[in-house]
Amino acid sequence: MTRLAQRAPVFDVDGLLADPTVRIIVCCGSGGVGKTTTAAALALRAAEQGRRTVVLTIDPARRLAQSMGLTELDNVPRAVPDVGGSGSLDAMMLDMKRTFDEVVSAHATPEKAEQIMTNPFYRALSTSFSGTQEYMAMEKLGQLRAQDQWDLIVVDTPPSRSALDFLDAPARLSSFLDGRLIRLLTAPARAGGRAGLRVITTGFGVFTNALTKVLGGDLLRDVQTFVGALDSMFGGFRERAEHTYALLQDPQTAFCVVAAPEPDALREAAFFVERLAEDAMPIAGLVLNRVHRSAVPTLNVEQSLAGAERLEAADTSPLTAAALRLHADQAATQAREEHLTRRFTAAHPQVAVAEVPAFAEDVHDLEGLRQVGDALAGTTRAVGAAV
Amino acid sequence: MRVVPSSARALPAASPAPLTTLTWVSWAASTAAARLHVVTGKGGTGKSTVAAAMALALAAGGRRTLLIEVEGRQGIAQLFDTPPLPYEERRVAVAPGGGEVFGLAIDANEAVLEYLEMYYRLGRAGKLLDRLGALEFATTIAPGLRDVLLIGKTYEAVRRLRPGGGHTYDAVVLDAPPTGRIGRFLNVNEEVTTLARAGPIHRQARSIMDMLRRRTMVHLVTILEEMPVQETVDGIAELEQLELPVGAVVVNLVEAPQVPDLGAAGTTVDLEELRAGLARVGLPAEDDVVLGLARTLEEHATRVAMQAEERARLDALHVPVVELPRLPGGIDLGALYQLAERLDAQPLPARSPAAPAATAATGGLTRGTT
Repeated sequence: MTRLAQRAPVFDVDGLLADPTVRIIVCCGSGGVGKTTTAAALALRAAEQGRRTVVLTIDPARRLAQSMGLTELDNVPRAVPDVGGSGSLDAMMLDMKRTFDEVVSAHATPEKAEQIMTNPFYRALSTSFSGTQEYMAMEKLGQLRAQDQWDLIVVDTPPSRSALDFLDAPARLSSFLDGRLIRLLTAPARAGGRAGLRVITTGFGVFTNALTKVLGGDLLRDVQTFVGALDSMFGGFRERAEHTYALLQDPQTAFCVVAAPEPDALREAAFFVERLAEDAMPIAGLVLNRVHRSAVPTLNVEQSLAGAERLEAADTSPLTAAALRLHADQAATQAREEHLTRRFTAAHPQVAVAEVPAFAEDVHDLEGLRQVGDALAGTTRAVGAAV
Repeated sequence: MRVVPSSARALPAASPAPLTTLTWVSWAASTAAARLHVVTGKGGTGKSTVAAAMALALAAGGRRTLLIEVEGRQGIAQLFDTPPLPYEERRVAVAPGGGEVFGLAIDANEAVLEYLEMYYRLGRAGKLLDRLGALEFATTIAPGLRDVLLIGKTYEAVRRLRPGGGHTYDAVVLDAPPTGRIGRFLNVNEEVTTLARAGPIHRQARSIMDMLRRRTMVHLVTILEEMPVQETVDGIAELEQLELPVGAVVVNLVEAPQVPDLGAAGTTVDLEELRAGLARVGLPAEDDVVLGLARTLEEHATRVAMQAEERARLDALHVPVVELPRLPGGIDLGALYQLAERLDAQPLPARSPAAPAATAATGGLTRGTT
């Protein structure tokens, strides 16, 4: 296949959705670029083309959630009503606290689980602290895949500024669990005359004193109890995190990087694409949302503005003058967006691109999702093509 | 600026004014009431740009402000067109009238060490903590502790005094995490007080919460679209529930309506008028041009109607709203100054209960009635 250098290949969305070897699609990108809508639209399209699909959303807009039957947050996939075609669509919203609890219950005896769940440090960690969402989204993905009830799992990722957080969370968990700090914190619990412990203990006195000074004795005790209680399930924790990470590197997974034609969003998308390549993770393509296209490609900015000015000077046809000014704005926006997109595709010529036009209204029902799906699959065109 | 001093109507510090009493102050004058301006917003709304413009506006008239970013994206350097910021305060811009804006990109790991050293003088133990992976601990397993440190560093900058007396910075602007996380982020010290029930951490956390409740304004940046407005509505409810003071809603990227009268939704565009208008100025008037322009008008009308609906939802919140325009050329340093000027032209309607004592100290500036 030969292509002009600056043209991005076309992202064959329907080809991706129809590929039976693809079992997981991860939609990632920075906040505010339409990840959730893209994930829901892809899932609906796959379902209506015959695949048994589940979509895991993180934080959908209220009306969109309602239209998908997501009226309660119960951490279990539910069938979405009114889906056409021969497939099926289930949807769920992530409940991070409940997911964390499930992990604990799965790996600890009931008494131990009880001990962990009533620990104040755990309560704070599982509900209040930011960042847990990324761990839990990854964990839930692993669970859904293990259930093996669906042909295709589409995952939305948490709305962090950095798209990389999603990838880094499980790895950070693993490295933390292997970290020396954890071993030190759990040392008192394990201390039983092991060889080499003396060396650690010397440092440990200074260490605990410092921690007590900083954290207050209660907190340190809570953390130690928490870590001690978790000790038995560390292996399981790490194994799961590593397993899910491996899943992301598997050819059964495809990443859709979602962006809007804005500098920040495209910069994040570029970081993410580079990171996926480094980690040998399979990228399916870039979804570019909210692309502005002028409705009259033959009329340029200068012509339109000059025309509007002449009409205004003559005090005639304000309707035409307004239309020309609007058009000039749109054409200028389109030119700016194309410039930004070209910069991305020049640096990442191998990444296929699907463009979704900016809709005048928000997407909040299945019909709107179908339209997004059509745009994703159908109206794709080469970026940088001459207009 | 339409700000005039009122007749020195000092409020008694002990009895907060009713919620409906708004005190209108200029951005620069607001520094007496709020020393910390927290800027949040959904991704894509221009939160960092608004924070930068705010730091400029607050610096007007010879003041000195600090703009802090915490998400490791070097957004300040990009906006002010400077080399990437190290973990130290650097002057990034001068404001009209001799003011100065400093920028700081907080690095969580370095903040831990500095923080431990500053408050606990740990010396050898601090280095040991580092070697043992305490930094990893703070920023990894409990990212909330990272938030504690980021806010802790901000708190230190807000309170810092300069040698000659007075504060180092007249105001600090924090480019904070997005709306979806802002409640958790700002309230993290409340969590800390329940975890550390005594000791220096506990006292520090109390003091930080006090600053956030009494000397701070949280501004929410949005654009007139459903999701960002919904997040703003939810964010305000959350902040109020946490008793954190909401400042203003900043509606960003506002487009001037181009078709004030003709743009009502549902009206059909008169194609013949368009055709005649185009012909009159010698532009092509074929069907595809006429129909394309008609579609442009109709989509604009739909957008304007939707934006009016979203604006009405914001107005129903009874939170002060300020507007910033969409600038045609995108954002560069020149655009930041323009936005700062626009902010400064819209007096900041500060709700009195946020800091009754401090508001009284400004002389109770109120907006002149016309």
